[in-house]
Amino acid sequence: MISCDEATLICNKSQYKEATIIEKMKLRFHVLYCSACAGFIKKNTELTSLCTKANLRTLTSAEKMAMKQELQKQI
Amino acid sequence: MILLKNKMTAHQLHPEAWVDSYADYLFNYAVSRVSDSEVAKDLVQDTFFAGLKSAKNYKGEAAERTWLIAILKRKVIDHYRKINSNKGKSEVRMSYRTNREGEGSWMEEQVADPFSSFENDAIENEELGMALQGCIAKLPKKQSLVFNMKTIQGMSTEDICKELQINPSNLWVMIHRARTALMGCLNQNWFKR
Repeated sequence: MISCDEATLICNKSQYKEATIIEKMKLRFHVLYCSACAGFIKKNTELTSLCTKANLRTLTSAEKMAMKQELQKQI
Repeated sequence: MILLKNKMTAHQLHPEAWVDSYADYLFNYAVSRVSDSEVAKDLVQDTFFAGLKSAKNYKGEAAERTWLIAILKRKVIDHYRKINSNKGKSEVRMSYRTNREGEGSWMEEQVADPFSSFENDAIENEELGMALQGCIAKLPKKQSLVFNMKTIQGMSTEDICKELQINPSNLWVMIHRARTALMGCLNQNWFKR
């Protein structure tokens, strides 16, 4: 038996493919009697698929730092 | 200089926070239009400079982000103008029936397929990206940083912990908060449109 807190942690981990098989099994079992977590998993997985679909891009921290310095010169 | 600063405070422009708050948002906008991340980066930087220069024209009518996006839009157009004038690319040559095989084909065949979801998907995904980026920008700074590193840059938990000097459970708590906030934000801004 695992708590809902643990279940959400495993769910978050599995969004990044970092949950172990045992953890996943625990989560499966938890979902059988906890509908709240089942709902959370559904939404969380959807968020992951939206993030992949959106093909987000981001600047690295180094690039941002460089930008900030350039901007700072002008202020 | 002092005058400029006064004006800024009068209309709440915060150039020192621009990079943290809007760089990713603007970068996504630019990259989807010029499809070259180096060029996109330069455009974003140019946008910040231009924003700084014309800060006194900011009347506070639009949100800072909207105002910056408007500048970036002009920068993107300028960029295309520049590369077009360099190489004369604006001239579009099209010829039908260049070879015998294509004989009998006509303009109708060039028309977009109404049942194709390809183009619409691309547009929708871009809008989704902007909505998501907007939501990420609303997160507390640390959370958005961790979420970006983990989800967008795909860094491993270990690397992030090392770089930010936090422990894994700390990281997962931040990820969890960020994800919950994003779900709520997307519910508002994406699904309920």
